[in-house]
Amino acid sequence: MADLTADIGAERGGMAACPACAVAPAAEDLAARAAQIEGATLALSLPGIHCAACIDTVERALSRAPGVREARVNLTLKRAQVKADPEVTAEDLVRVVEGVGYEAHELDPGTIAATATDRAGRALLMRLAVAGFASMNVMLLSVSVWSGAADATRDLFHWISAAITLPAIAFCAQPFFVSAFAALRVRRLNMDVPIALAIVLALVTSLWETSLSGEHAYFDAALTLTFFLLAGRYLDHRTRAAARSAAEELTALEVPRALVRRDGAEVQLPVAELRIGDLVVVRPGARMPVDGEIAEGASELDRALLTGETRPVPARPGQRVSAGEVNLTGPLVVRATAIGRDTSLARMADLVAIAESGRSRYTSLADRAAKLYAPGVHILSALSFLGWFLWSGDLRVALNIAAAVLIITCPCALGLAVPAVTTAASGRLFRRGMLVKHETALERLSEVDTVVFDKTGTLTSGKPQLVNLDDLPPGARGIALALASASAHPLSQALAAALAGETPVALEALRELPGYGTEALLEGHPVRLGRAEWLGATPGPGTATWLQTPEGLTEIRFADSLRPGAAEAVADLLAQGRRVALISGDAEGAVAALAARLGITDWQAGALPGDKAARIAALQEDGAKVLMVGDGLNDTAALSTAHVSISPASALDAARVASDIVLLGGDLSPIPGALRTSARATRRIRENFRIATFYNVIAVPLAVAGLCSPLIAALAMSASSITVSLNALRLR
Amino acid sequence: MDILVWLIPISLFLGGLGLVAFIWTVRSDQYEDPDGSSQRILSDQWDDRPKP
Repeated sequence: MADLTADIGAERGGMAACPACAVAPAAEDLAARAAQIEGATLALSLPGIHCAACIDTVERALSRAPGVREARVNLTLKRAQVKADPEVTAEDLVRVVEGVGYEAHELDPGTIAATATDRAGRALLMRLAVAGFASMNVMLLSVSVWSGAADATRDLFHWISAAITLPAIAFCAQPFFVSAFAALRVRRLNMDVPIALAIVLALVTSLWETSLSGEHAYFDAALTLTFFLLAGRYLDHRTRAAARSAAEELTALEVPRALVRRDGAEVQLPVAELRIGDLVVVRPGARMPVDGEIAEGASELDRALLTGETRPVPARPGQRVSAGEVNLTGPLVVRATAIGRDTSLARMADLVAIAESGRSRYTSLADRAAKLYAPGVHILSALSFLGWFLWSGDLRVALNIAAAVLIITCPCALGLAVPAVTTAASGRLFRRGMLVKHETALERLSEVDTVVFDKTGTLTSGKPQLVNLDDLPPGARGIALALASASAHPLSQALAAALAGETPVALEALRELPGYGTEALLEGHPVRLGRAEWLGATPGPGTATWLQTPEGLTEIRFADSLRPGAAEAVADLLAQGRRVALISGDAEGAVAALAARLGITDWQAGALPGDKAARIAALQEDGAKVLMVGDGLNDTAALSTAHVSISPASALDAARVASDIVLLGGDLSPIPGALRTSARATRRIRENFRIATFYNVIAVPLAVAGLCSPLIAALAMSASSITVSLNALRLR
Repeated sequence: MDILVWLIPISLFLGGLGLVAFIWTVRSDQYEDPDGSSQRILSDQWDDRPKP
């Protein structure tokens, strides 16, 4: 929940749960503006680059462009960072890169700046390196002690170990101390409490032993423990950082900019600088940046992302529009009535953030293990201390044994058990085009027994496909092609694509009437292609356009084309024995046809956003674990209600934020595979817990009996950590 | 055993040298683009003279 709000806060730069979150984006904003004054740093996404020649070509082309000071390509992120004079715009650079034959897209520098350097990851890596260095040196000294160094030599080695260990631990183990302290302050136990206690106790007893020329010191154990645990933390962090930066790149690709008419001139402005009452020009194909009222122009609007309806809605002056709708045919001028966070789009997205989400209700396997483990470890260690103290009356012996018990039981393997597996599984899914955004998403995915799909934009690609080509008389095809080619309307483009083999007929006075269709004269007779009402025909149930030729009227029907892999994914899920449902906001006819085509028996049409969420909540009440796959604003509530959620990369920003996993390609077929991978990953995690427990069952009695030497502790710890990591690698 | 007086400081110094080198590489952003670095050695752009 806090996670989700922070995500939205960072992306929208506004409301957030805590003051720090609210300030951070504002600070980034300021930094971005300062950068713009000094000379801009622009970022481009380059999805097509893959080799040394690509890097060279793009860098050379960019640095030769006028006004560019420096250009650097990052192949890992498939991105270019360009430092340039303030007057250079990203569009110029995109044109330069496209000129040398590579695909390029502008990235919003404000969004990207947050991920440019990964400070937290770097700090962890630094601690890991120091812990590795220190533990190797101390281990070297410990090996000589174990192999027989005695008396003064042993003491010297212990003192040198202490001199290395104390500063190293003070630096490296900070994350554990901080987290343990934070947990204790709110009177709770987490995995870091036994870790911190084990490290501190090991250091104290070892120092004491060393000062008394004792035989056993656990400096190496404390350091190795820190090293392995930091390795687990770093793996975990890197997996999530990679997913986060890829998710942010998707957001950054949608640069929030609008064309505004001010003082008679049209200017490009960032959406954040718009004011209420501004006249915003929305070109065909563009998304509404604001809520408002149409001031000029006539067109059609695609509201699929908001409501799930596939049929375009006509738009006239005076009509209200909301942010997120796509303008289809004619240019519109919209008078803004609500901007930024006040738009209905943003308000709905905020509602989603406030709603309790599936992920916050879930307790991860690691947390459940910690809840059992942490108190157990403390009790065991305290009991052995008490027992030995009462029996022998020697505080030193009792403390030594308590420390040994804590070190042996310390969740070293447990710390690696989860991150090692999730790293392997997330990497595997990423190569198949899935971005796992949330840390417990894999565990939740493995429990799924019911899959609910949205229709428009999820199972279908949102692109219409011609259905009844045969109904079109051969003589009319050339006319239809000529009329369709004159318009950018999706239906016209689909028709033109279907008729690509025909020869267009020469027409005169060809013009497009936005919101109605195209018309022209063929040898003096009017021919038209457009809405049923405009041509005097009765509209049918499905998506259709009508063609008027001198011979008469023809209905040209369209169906939404299936997204690639949709049929395979549904068939595979059904074969796995999972329940598949389809809930859509679209009209009944279209939904029924699609459900029949895919073999889905459980479907619901005309669902409002609230209906979807309610249906999913009802399913979960009955004990089902629901995976929701959706892309629109009308799906966001359902996405966050569901146990786990997936959205395609083409989805609306708000939907991607609400979902746990983002599908990067246009293909749905990886979904069943992801369910299988997650089930295997969860099985590996459980196995890892068992392995870690097995080592404890053998080593703990030894420690309690006082038979555990530092050598046995080191062996048990390393062996269990390595077994756990190797077991995780079997996932490949 | 006198040799230890030399060997231990030497081993610590050499290890420390590696640690300092690693910290330098992290600080100077050398792990930002591992894929790019592996490809850039194949580029013939600065084969004749060093990059200015």
